[in-house]
Amino acid sequence: MIRTAVRGTGELLITAGLVVLLFVAYQLVWTNYEAHKATDSVASDLRDSWDRPNPSGAGPAAARGPKKVDFGKGFAFLHIPRLGKNWTIPVVEGVDLPDLAKGVGHYPKTAQPGAIGNFAVAGHRATNGEPFAYLDKVRKGDLVVAETRTEWFTYVIDRTKIVSPTSTWVLDPVPGKPSAKPVQALLTLTTCNPRWASYQRLIVFGHLQETRAKADGPPTVLLRPTRSA
Amino acid sequence: MYAWVWRHLPGPWPVRTLIAMAFVAAIVVLLFTTVFPWAEDSLPFLKVTVDQ
Repeated sequence: MIRTAVRGTGELLITAGLVVLLFVAYQLVWTNYEAHKATDSVASDLRDSWDRPNPSGAGPAAARGPKKVDFGKGFAFLHIPRLGKNWTIPVVEGVDLPDLAKGVGHYPKTAQPGAIGNFAVAGHRATNGEPFAYLDKVRKGDLVVAETRTEWFTYVIDRTKIVSPTSTWVLDPVPGKPSAKPVQALLTLTTCNPRWASYQRLIVFGHLQETRAKADGPPTVLLRPTRSA
Repeated sequence: MYAWVWRHLPGPWPVRTLIAMAFVAAIVVLLFTTVFPWAEDSLPFLKVTVDQ
């Protein structure tokens, strides 16, 4: 009787251990596999939709990106040469987990790429594709390009900052000045910090340096990525 | 527990092995599609946004 109970408990514990190991494998391998698949599909859908003629009613106003985008749907690309020569990821609308599993997520209430205000984007730093795994390598002076259907927006990084998870001021149209009227197009990237924890956030701030029409070709930084510090 | 399950599986041992493997596979699929995505929500390193 006692022997049966002990054996049963032992089997349960070993099973629980195996399930935990399986969960680790799921997180470290499977979520990345799934996220890369989803990201590739979002990216090719977006490229395909850009290749088709602009939908009716799209004029200069639509050039700044669609006004209303479905959550989880890609609407732009982010290029960060510092993170790799051809480093690019689709930007989807929304910052909930299902959105972030498809790319990096645009905070819904913040500005569109290139627009006056703050274009704020969140991305995973560990598992689920981990696009911002090495966001801490980005430094002042680096260039980050947001690509929309019609334009290249090149932002230059001003500073990086470690903040608390509740620091919503980083999303303000003028970060830290909630009542200020924005006059500049800014960029804010957020991810978790430290990489495998959640008690801080790593924030990267930048401002718009150059706007370039798609027809004029990609900005220089994407052709010859700078490697210098 | 596993011995009890094994005793209650029908058929000769090759059949039992197949059934047991099917059980394990079904449990893994259930974990990967339902349980793990649910448990994932509470992982700290997936919190990458500032609270809105």
